[in-house]
Amino acid sequence: MKEINMSELEQQFQAKIAKDIKIEPKDWMPEAYRKTLIRQISQHAHSEIIGMLPEGNWITRAPNLRRKAVLLAKVQDEAGHGQYLYSAMETLGESRDKSMADLISGKAKYSSIFNYPTLSWADIGAVGWLVDGAAIMNQVALCRTSYGPYARAMVRICKEESFHQRQGFEIMCTLMKGSKVQREMAQDAVNRFWWPALMMFGPSDADSTHSQQSLDWKVKRHTNDELRQSFINATVPQAELIGLTIPDKDLKWNEAKGGYDFGPIDWEEFRQVISGNGPCNAERISARKNAEDNGQWVREAANAFAEKRSAKKAS
Amino acid sequence: MSTKVWPLWEVFIRSKQGLSHKHVGSLHAPDAEMAVSNARDLYTRRSEGVSIWVVESSQVFANDPADSDPLFEPSQTKIYRHPTFYEVPEGIEHM
Repeated sequence: MKEINMSELEQQFQAKIAKDIKIEPKDWMPEAYRKTLIRQISQHAHSEIIGMLPEGNWITRAPNLRRKAVLLAKVQDEAGHGQYLYSAMETLGESRDKSMADLISGKAKYSSIFNYPTLSWADIGAVGWLVDGAAIMNQVALCRTSYGPYARAMVRICKEESFHQRQGFEIMCTLMKGSKVQREMAQDAVNRFWWPALMMFGPSDADSTHSQQSLDWKVKRHTNDELRQSFINATVPQAELIGLTIPDKDLKWNEAKGGYDFGPIDWEEFRQVISGNGPCNAERISARKNAEDNGQWVREAANAFAEKRSAKKAS
Repeated sequence: MSTKVWPLWEVFIRSKQGLSHKHVGSLHAPDAEMAVSNARDLYTRRSEGVSIWVVESSQVFANDPADSDPLFEPSQTKIYRHPTFYEVPEGIEHM
């Protein structure tokens, strides 16, 4: 085999990116590209796993059997999405166990939105409509990301998630057609989830440390601010249609840019929540750790069962 | 205390009778049977399949991507292996 030097490999890699040819696990890639993907995909996986907790909180208290079956299916999907993403991460050579340990130790990050509590049933509507809505906006863009296994996981996730947002909006519609108390409950949920949902897109472009390199590598296909703007443009008319008010006094249609202008985001709150001081950070990590500890005997039993079965086959 | 790492399995699903199994992803499980039941939960929540294959990932042998050129490049110049290479006179049908 002919000697290939580093810069030649790097050029071949860049050429593939330029031509929109996907990078696959065994292909040569710059170490920094690999590291960026491991960080992003594991954070994404952790978000799916932690994201089960705020909603799991309401499974036993869903108002009827239909809502309960739907919520169960949605939470089960999130578990599956976490698994797809951990698998994609493993193709980059990172161990799943190590990644999980980093989540439990608090070293790894996940989406800040899941550190907010779900206080009422309307919050389940708001989470599906706004939080999943924001996640889908981000994930649809990621279906075109340059790393093959990540892009394939995203395609699958997006297909499955389209029901998540609809079921949330349906909950909001039902509440808005209900009593005064129900309408107030829906509005209160929007008041609490609107700004945290906008923060899900990450810091504004000017302050985003990883953005430019990720765009150059086509790991990201749109900037944080572009996605946030698309989300606002799509969501405001939905709120208006069912009579919900977006809690932003500066929100105004701007004909010239073909989008809404909106008020300043409280980035200090975002920084506090992301660095561990949100309302539920400790609770989320401790729930995850409990699940890990209390599931230990199940994993041991599975191992024992596998050994017994293999011994039986051998005899 | 068990710290055994479960092996990784590649999962292949036949979406319906008449089609081949297609790779859909991977998962961890202690043995093949449990890999199949995990695959059922993970990859067929919406009737995506009628049959599941699992193969331990370590058993998959693949070509070195660095050798892709010598392996696959030669067939690119053999365009006479495709029917469109040949000229057929006007008016000829069923060929």
